[in-house]
This record gives sequence, C-alpha cells and structure tokens, in this order.
Amino acid sequence: MSEGDRSFDVLVIGAGPAGLAAACRAAAARAIVCLVDDNPRPGGQIWRASLDRVPGPAVPWIATAARLGVRMIEGARVFAAPEPGRLALETGAGEPLDLRYRSLVLATGARERFVPFPGWTLPNAMGAGGLQSLVKSGFPVRGKKVVVAGSGPLLPAVARYLRHAGADVRLIAEQAPLAALARFARSLLHHPHKLAEAAIFGGSLAGVRYLTSSWPVSAQGDGRVQSVTLARGGKTFTESCDYLACGFGLVPNTELASLLGCRVSEGVAVDDYQRTTVEGVYAAGEITGIGGVDLALVEGEIAGHAAAGQTERASRLFQARDRQRHFARSLARSFTLREELKHLAPDDTLVCRCEDVSLGRVRAATGWREAKLQTRCGMGPCQSRVCGPAVEFLLGWKPDSVRPPLFPVSVNSLSQAGDSGS
Amino acid sequence: MNASFDVAIAGGGIVGAACADFCSAAGMRVAVVEAGPIGGGATAAGMGHIVVMDDSPAQIALTERSRSLWMALARELPADAEYVTAGTIWVAADAEEMAEVERKRALYAGIGVRAEVLGPRQLSEAEPNLRPGLAGGLLVPDDGVSYPPCAARFFLERAQARGAVLLRAKAVELMETGIRLAGGEAVAAGAVVNATGAWAPELTPRFAVRKRKGHLAITDRYPGFLRHQLVELGYLKSAHSTAADSVAFNAQPRRTGQVLIGSSRQFGAEHAAIDQPILTRMLERARAYMPPLADLTVIRCWTGFRAAAPDKLPLIGPCAGRPRLLLATGHEGLGITTSLATGELVAAHLSGRPFAIPPEPYLPSRELEAEGDPLHE
Ligand SMILES: Cc1cc2nc3c(=O)[nH]c(=O)nc-3n(C[C@H](O)[C@H](O)[C@H](O)COP(=O)(O)OP(=O)(O)OC[C@H]3O[C@@H](n4cnc5c(N)ncnc54)[C@H](O)[C@@H]3O)c2cc1C
Ligand SMILES: Cc1cc2nc3c(=O)[nH]c(=O)nc-3n(C[C@H](O)[C@H](O)[C@H](O)COP(=O)(O)OP(=O)(O)OC[C@H]3O[C@@H](n4cnc5c(N)ncnc54)[C@H](O)[C@@H]3O)c2cc1C
Repeated sequence: MSEGDRSFDVLVIGAGPAGLAAACRAAAARAIVCLVDDNPRPGGQIWRASLDRVPGPAVPWIATAARLGVRMIEGARVFAAPEPGRLALETGAGEPLDLRYRSLVLATGARERFVPFPGWTLPNAMGAGGLQSLVKSGFPVRGKKVVVAGSGPLLPAVARYLRHAGADVRLIAEQAPLAALARFARSLLHHPHKLAEAAIFGGSLAGVRYLTSSWPVSAQGDGRVQSVTLARGGKTFTESCDYLACGFGLVPNTELASLLGCRVSEGVAVDDYQRTTVEGVYAAGEITGIGGVDLALVEGEIAGHAAAGQTERASRLFQARDRQRHFARSLARSFTLREELKHLAPDDTLVCRCEDVSLGRVRAATGWREAKLQTRCGMGPCQSRVCGPAVEFLLGWKPDSVRPPLFPVSVNSLSQAGDSGS
Repeated sequence: MNASFDVAIAGGGIVGAACADFCSAAGMRVAVVEAGPIGGGATAAGMGHIVVMDDSPAQIALTERSRSLWMALARELPADAEYVTAGTIWVAADAEEMAEVERKRALYAGIGVRAEVLGPRQLSEAEPNLRPGLAGGLLVPDDGVSYPPCAARFFLERAQARGAVLLRAKAVELMETGIRLAGGEAVAAGAVVNATGAWAPELTPRFAVRKRKGHLAITDRYPGFLRHQLVELGYLKSAHSTAADSVAFNAQPRRTGQVLIGSSRQFGAEHAAIDQPILTRMLERARAYMPPLADLTVIRCWTGFRAAAPDKLPLIGPCAGRPRLLLATGHEGLGITTSLATGELVAAHLSGRPFAIPPEPYLPSRELEAEGDPLHE
C-alpha cells in the first residue's frame, strides 16, 4: 500500500451495524473513508455472514459502502495506537499494517459475559453467541439437543437461529423474572417494530419452552456436556443436552477506546455528536453501552455525519437516538443479573480458563491486581476478556490497565508498530 | 497502634519481604507497611533472573551471596515462585566479546562460580534459535529464573508465620520511633527500614535514587523454544551508560513455556505507558540475535521502574547519624537476585550478629551522601 492508501479522513474500526452506518454517512459527505474489521466479512455480531450469505439487513449497508468507495479492510485487527492519528494493525495473513486518520470512529461492539458455575468449562458448553458464530461458519448442529441459558434478548435470537439450522433446542432458561419481562414487553409498545421480539415472552418461541426465573446451576458430563441442571422456583431439574449455550448479557469492547485515552465508565463516554473525550475520536454502537442493533445504527449514522463535519445532519437524528436509548435503558433494567448467580460457583470452579485458576484462589486476594500477580488469573492469551467481566460481576473488581498489544500479535508486527513506514 | 515492634519496614516488594524474613528469623518483632499488593511494584515488573554479576567487586559479592541463598532455598520455594535453574548464557557476537567471555570465566573461576566457555557450535547446539555466526558464549549453569511476586509473598508468609505483622497502609513519614501512616497513626518500632524501591526518596529525600524505566514483552507458550536465560554481552556496554536510553537482547524461558523478552533502560521517563519507539528497538535487537522470534506471538507488554543509585550499588544499612533508620533500596536491575543478601545484611545490622559479606560498600553513608539529615532535603 502506498502512503496515500494508508491515510483517511475517517477511519472506522468495527464493521457491525454501527461501523457500517458511520462509514456510509461519512462517505456520503465525500470523506475518504476506511472501514476495518477483524472478521473475514463485514456485518459484526448480529449481521455475521454465514458460509453462503450475508444477512438481509446488512446487504444495503454493505452495498452503499461499496458504491460510495469506502475502503474495506477485512480480517485485520487493531492492536496498538503508537501516536495520535495513527493505528497499528495486523492483517489476517499476519502482516503489520499502519493506518492514519483525521477522525476515528470506534465501533468495536460487545462480547458475551460468562458467569462461572460448576461444569461451565466442559467441552460443548459455550457462549450463546459463540455457538451461533460457529454454526454460521459451517459447524453442524442438526438433530443436536441444545439448552440455551443466561439472560437477555440474545437468547431467543440465538435459539431461533439454531432451530433454523436444525438443532433440537430443548429450552431457553432466562434468569430474569417474568414480571420484569412483562414490563419490558410493555415498553416495547413504544417501539412497535420490536413487537415481534416481544412475542416470545408469551411463554414459548415457536414451540421452544421459554422459562423465566430459571438459570443453570451446574453442567455435567463425561469429557463433554451431557446434561445441565437448572434452578427454577426453589427447585432444580436436569435436562440432557449435547450443547449448552450460555450468555449473561454483553460487555462493551472498550479496550481500544481506553488505550486511546477515552473516558470509559460503563461504556465509552460520548456527547451528543458521539464524540469521546479525546479530540477527533468518536464512538458508536454497543461500546457506548448495550442497546441493540437499532441504537447501534443511529449512533453510527450520527458519528459518521459528525466525523465528516456534517453536524447539522447529525443533530437531526438526535430524537431518533433518544427513543432508542429509552429502549436500551429498559433493556438493562429488565435483564439485571440476579444475586443468586454470584453464588453458583464453589471455590474449586475455574474462573480463568487460560491459566486454570479457580475462584477460591482469586477470592483470596485483596483485589484484581493482587489476584493477577499471585495466581496468573487473566494473564493468558485472552488477557482477561473472559474472566475479567466474570470476576467483576462476582467480586466487584474493576480490571486493570489496558496496554498494547490489545490482541496477541507476532513479534514481527509488534516491532513494526512504531515504524513510520518511510 | 499499641504494639511495639523491633523493626518496621516500609515497602512490601521483594526487598522489604526478604528483610522481614531475615529479621523475623533473627528473633525480631517485625511490621511491614505496604500500601498496595505484595510484590506489586518493581517486583511485579522484573524479569526474575537470578544472576551473578561482575560489574564491581562489591556487586560480585552481593550477587554471589544472594544466588547461594536462592540455591539453598530452592527446595522450600513454592511451585508458584517458578524457580528454575535455567542457567545463563552470555552471548558473544564477535572476537572482542569472546575476550570478555574469557575474562569473565577466569573471574568466576576465582570465586568458585561454575562457568563454561561455549564455542560457536556449542552455542548453537545449546540454543538452536540463535542466529548463526555468533562467536560463542559463557554458560553459567547455576543461575536461575523465578517469578518474583510469588517469591515475595512466600518470604513475607514465612515472616508472618514467625509473628510478623502486615499493615496495609501507606507510610507517610519515617521517624526515629517508628512509621507514621497515612491515617495519622504511628507504628512504634525500635528501628525503621525504607524498602520502598523507586519511591524511597518520598520518605528519605536526601538520597538520590532515580527511576530507570524498563520494558518487557511476553509471548504465548512455546515449550522448548529457549532453554537458558540469554544475555548479550553488548549489554555490559549499554547498561553501563547512565545517560542515553538503551536496549539489549535478553531472553528468558519461563516455566510455562513462555518466552520473556527484554530489555530497555531509560532515565527521565516518568510515565508507565509503553513507549513504542523503545519497544520497537528492543524487539528488533532481540530479532537480530534470534530471528525465529519474529513469528512468536506476544500476548502482553509492560514497563517497570528500577531504583537506580548513582554508583550502581544498592543502599543497604543505617544512615549516617541515624543508626535506627536503615535504607534497603537502589537495587536497580538486580533487586530480585539481591533481595536475599539485602535482607541478611539488614538483619545483621539490626541484631549485631556477624555479617556474611562485608557491609561497607553498600552503606548509605558512603561517598554518595552529602552532609545533612537523611529525612529532610
Ligand atoms: C456474540 C454476540 C452475538 C450476538 N448475536 C445477536 C443476535 O443473534 N441477535 C441480536 O439481535 N443481537 C445479537 N447481538 C447483539 C448485537 O451485536 C448488537 O445489538 C449490534 O450488532 C451491535 O452493533 P455494533 O456495531 O455496536 O457492534 P458489533 O456488531 O459487535 O461489531 C463490532 C465489530 O468490531 C470488530 N472489532 C472489535 N475490535 C476490533 C479491533 N480492535 N480491530 C478490528 N475489528 C474489531 C468486531 O469483531 C466486530 O465485528 C450479539 C452480540 C454478541 C456479542
Ligand atoms: C524491566 C525490569 C527487569 C528487571 N529484571 C530483573 C532481573 O532479571 N533480575 C533481578 O534481580 N532484578 C530485576 N529487576 C530489578 C528488580 O525488579 C527490582 O530491583 C526489585 O523488584 C526491587 O524490589 P523492591 O522491593 O526494592 O521494590 P518494589 O518491588 O518496587 O517494592 C517497593 C514497594 O513499596 C511500596 N511502597 C512505596 N511507597 C510506599 C509507602 N509510602 N508506603 C507503603 N508502601 C510503599 C510499593 O507499593 C512497593 O510494593 C528488573 C526491573 C525491571 C524494571
């Protein structure tokens, strides 16, 4: 790539709904735009491409981006920010890549939260979104018994997808109580197009049992998951399964924002124009707080307009965003994780899968940093992306500092992150 | 605080923990005042190489004594202290550095430190991933590697088992009669030790201990990729300079199969953030010695601050005119190694028992100190 090919007016990181919308709006204002994602195809989590096709709603966005000349870089990960206006990436082929920007839009989305319970690390027990992604990449589940458990609207979405792929989804266990969900369903009345989602709260999802106030207390199996024991109404029952798909809500991927120095509390802090606290850096979508695809889209549009200097256009979307934020707030209220989930794991349950660290050893420390130093919890290849949010939920400890590399990268790429390229 | 202690130690890094271990073993009632996690300062950043260094006779004495204390302790160290006798290979790039290998070997032989000269073939057999064409090296087989934060915790736990007390607080003032804590209360003690590493000047401002920043990078697990701790002999040239920023090839096999890559030295850098140009230089230096490193995956980088004294020797012992105020700081890049002999010296100063090595070269009252009160500028 020549020098000119690596410099952009607007650089967007993450090609989910928020990133696609931002890239399209910025490019429509004639900005020179580049859109980067670490997946092989654009779409992010919800619009993740399967083997044969890109999901319907993503198609117009991807087509628009292409028509407007948005430069797409797929399969590349941002791992460092060596200086303002510059990011260091590693491509899918393992090559270093250096990109420059005038404005940056962070749309790095969210990941699933895991809550440890005995057996959660057995083979075939995995994240709900994780199993969905596997199936999208061709993993067969036809005829397999699947239990989906945890919390949030992601569970029925995943269940629906798995059924569509031929899985025998035995049940969905939602930890939130029915009363909270009923309130949530009522709030959807202000969002009529979301009523379809609400239909699931009638007690079943196209024939799949949907239990509320129910959660996994343990998973059993010889070498892999064979059954899961669930709590409900003060009792427990056991359901046999080939796969256990769990997700306890989403955690914003704020690492890159933190590295750049943006203020982060629950998500990345932004103003009306989706500007972070760092000059020239915008954030949109799930990284500003979990709110679903429609909020991600409108935030992305605002960020794209604003990053290209079209503040007037951006401000016309404020009202639409406010409506979606209202929905996001009721989502968060309805699916608050219950206290009982903090007591599922006895001391010998693993919390850190990379380094095989049990909860008891972590709990013995006075805080996250001491736990890390004394037990190696969070020191493995995932760098606490999995155990960090779990420990934060269980023990209330905030994870420690973010440093480059944000992702594992080769010595080769890391050593070239500082090169000026000239 | 009512309890009165024989000695109160400010700082729960590996040096403070080793002081607590030796003082409690000598029968003293010990308090350790630590504001953060145990071993959370430079101890958490250090490479954990246990090495005999021959910069000066005093440095040889201190590191050699320390290494033999580590070796004696090896069997008692818990598994998480990850102590392994990996051995050091000092890598010589050219004939000039081979001359240094020979000089070092003779010197080590004179003090009973086992060492073996490796020719180019033996070097590449010992470490096949080194670049071809190197001149050779010096293998020091009894040098070791450890995981410092857990070693520090172990030293402190031994002291606690003998009655030592850990106070989780920030020390704000060292006094003749004890340590004042941030809350205002005082820990009464017959003697006080400043073992706060690079923070030491905050409590004893008269002593010029400067921060010297270092970078490290750790890889994913590659068992067998590296077998010994490797240090380039060019290191001596660069580490000696007290002015310019420098990098040197330094690679260590961890018990986990990970490779720890070092290292850099910078004065005047106060910020803990990764400094990309320095990291780049450091990794390029490492690749120049070990080209296959380029394809290994790095999972994390970090920085730490060494506490550097002007003459490159630590400050261990009582301050002039203040016999009950001791320093145990300024260990620069060797504090993991020398923590044990430091603890031993401090305990001997306080108990009046015989010294294992002559204490004079490390006394804070040596040349360095200008006239005046150690507690006040
Ligand atoms: C595992 C999972 C599954 C989900 N499944 C569903 C579902 O089935 N139905 C539903 O309604 N909602 C689902 N959601 C919620 C959905 O993701 C959001 O509502 C919406 O997609 C958010 O859009 P976004 O653009 O903010 O983020 P995302 O769609 O998450 O897009 C962010 C993109 O940025 C990329 N990225 C992150 N960091 C970097 C980096 N450093 N360098 C390069 N690229 C990077 C990510 O890989 C990702 O492709 C799921 C969420 C998750 C985490
Ligand atoms: C990159 C790097 C690589 C290194 N590699 C090696 C190596 O391979 N081998 C080797 O031998 N050495 C090595 N070192 C050096 C070694 O890490 C240090 O010399 C050693 O850790 C110093 O220990 P310490 O206890 O004096 O200091 P620290 O570990 O910094 O401990 C000081 C403690 O005092 C506490 N403290 C500070 N102020 C106060 C206060 N007011 N009240 C209460 N508590 C306070 C701090 O929280 C801290 O825990 C390396 C250092 C670096 C930076």
